[in-house]
Amino acid sequence: MLKVRNLKVSFRTEQGVVRAVDDVSFDVGEGEILGVVGESGSGKTVSLLSVIGLIIDPNAVIEGSIVYKNRELIGLPQRELRHVRGNEIAMIFQDPMTAMTPVYTIGWQIAEQVMTHNRMSKSAARQRAVDLLAEVGFANPAAAVDRYPHELSGGMRQRAVIAMALSCNPSLLIADEPTTALDVTVQAQILDLIQKLRRDHGSAVVLITHDMGVVAEVADRVLVMYAGRIVEHGSKRELFKAPWHPYTWGLLDSIPPMEGARPRRLKSIGGNPPSLLALPPGCAFAPRCRHKFHRCSQRPGLAGTDGHQAACFLPPSERETARAARTPVAAGAS
Amino acid sequence: MIGNGANGAPLLEAVGVSKDFTVGGRFSPGGRRKVHAVDNVSLEVRPGETLGLVGESGCGKSTLGRCLVRLYSITAGELRFQGRDIGHLSRRQMRPLRCEMQMVFQDPYASLNPRRRVGDLIAEPLRVHGARGAGEIKARVDELIGLVGLLPDHLQRFPHEFSGGQRQRIGIARALALEPRLIVADEPVSALDVSIQAQIVNLFLDLRERLNLTYIFIAHDLSVIRQISTRTAVMYLGSIVETGATETVYRAPAHPYTQALISAVPVPDPDRAVGRKRIVLTGDVPSPMNPPNGCRFNPRCRYATDLCRTERPALRPLDDGRQVACHYPLSGGVAPAASA
Repeated sequence: MLKVRNLKVSFRTEQGVVRAVDDVSFDVGEGEILGVVGESGSGKTVSLLSVIGLIIDPNAVIEGSIVYKNRELIGLPQRELRHVRGNEIAMIFQDPMTAMTPVYTIGWQIAEQVMTHNRMSKSAARQRAVDLLAEVGFANPAAAVDRYPHELSGGMRQRAVIAMALSCNPSLLIADEPTTALDVTVQAQILDLIQKLRRDHGSAVVLITHDMGVVAEVADRVLVMYAGRIVEHGSKRELFKAPWHPYTWGLLDSIPPMEGARPRRLKSIGGNPPSLLALPPGCAFAPRCRHKFHRCSQRPGLAGTDGHQAACFLPPSERETARAARTPVAAGAS
Repeated sequence: MIGNGANGAPLLEAVGVSKDFTVGGRFSPGGRRKVHAVDNVSLEVRPGETLGLVGESGCGKSTLGRCLVRLYSITAGELRFQGRDIGHLSRRQMRPLRCEMQMVFQDPYASLNPRRRVGDLIAEPLRVHGARGAGEIKARVDELIGLVGLLPDHLQRFPHEFSGGQRQRIGIARALALEPRLIVADEPVSALDVSIQAQIVNLFLDLRERLNLTYIFIAHDLSVIRQISTRTAVMYLGSIVETGATETVYRAPAHPYTQALISAVPVPDPDRAVGRKRIVLTGDVPSPMNPPNGCRFNPRCRYATDLCRTERPALRPLDDGRQVACHYPLSGGVAPAASA
């Protein structure tokens, strides 16, 4: 349904050109939930923002191809893009408070969106807003339409934003860290809601997150990004059961376990993510990687099978032993 | 360093501590009202242990943390540090005790003066709390910077030149400068990326071992609390609802809220994520301005009965040494007989 090929996004800055997204290709199938994982600055948000043409910075250069339902989105005029956005592709953002205007009621904001994309009377749009709020789990939707965003709790606000995103039955929903600002019990509610949407409407979802746990709960396929590049890509099962890339190992091992014995130390990844202004010449992860060898001074391409690929030179036969041999780093390695 | 208090007398003891904030003014709807941010909390921290305070936003865990080191005055209750009453000391009287208890904050950037060099920032507590010579201060700063895993040439730089994880290391170095016995860390890793989070958690674990520190570790991330705490206290709407050895609390939560909280944590393992039963709580945390009658958790509790709606359960001990504020504590994750 969505085909992204060789997407490159660069920003011209005072310090030089920053390549935020570097040669990223991926697909999203009909009704599929794709998890995009990475730390801050890994380019996960920027790559998805370019899909819906929301990068309007004049210093941004976008190259590559983004095909949605056989239609090229790059280079499409804003007027036509606006039709795609909302109607076909909708987006939810991390902070539901800034995604809404504080001066109108949530009902007004949902109705506005409905009327922008459909010919509909004001009262019909309002009724649609009530229905949508009921669908996303508001206990008393008829009263909630007249509430202002500040009167709602964080979880309820995120529900209202989801209701707004759903107003035109989009076939692709892009959710950028939808639960990061929420408490765990509320996060569980919102993740349930996202899965329900896929079930009831067949929408495909791209879920951008830094939380491997969230991905394990809801995604079908996972994309791991590091420094603007895809480092690993595979079905959820393969990626969690037999991850290939040392960065993915690090991400998984950094999470303290919720069951079983507590490790004396967590296996953290040493060092810091590289600055996009000064990326190492070869593999971007090499400076933090404990398995680097001479080949890592070149840039690895994605290799593997159709269902599972990683950008790493470690021979497939050695990956399992290399991962098992990981030892905790010394105190305060930085 | 200071020896470990082997006698097991509590380092810090809170008895019935409450903290109210006044909100609203004459012109706001409802007039001036009181919010009970922390409501009758009793706890003790023994030397060498780490008490994890966990709960959702607004449960009062940060307020409690600040009350415990007297950054906030307390409205009611008693607070004892090394057996000495500190609940009613003035700011001036508290000052010498500040050397013994320090705090690490969530946002290391907001807590560091952007116009001063890191070396100055770390030396500041030394200068404030004791007339030491320049040479002595320099030696201590060099020692501290190594202790938290930074390099000596970092001392000449400004906070903005560092990443979030490094800034948190600076914050920790400042807290350690005066060789405190107790450190209250308020969400010290929640603003950091996962891979950096693990580094800082490891740093806290190493320092505890090397310097015989006692921590009160406040976080909303249950897996981080599990990793670092010896004892865990779960808070809900200003009160502790369950407290006990971390292993026990996580293996078999006795309070329905603890159970729901633990089950809601996403596990990075697809098999377990699909197989296990997640308890999804309905609704939101009620406002502390207007808490429900009876048990504070009853509107969201699956097992609530009439008793829960009228009478507020007190924190009482169970056989395995933990304490639970529930009329029908769960045994081994099984629903009590009174299930609705």
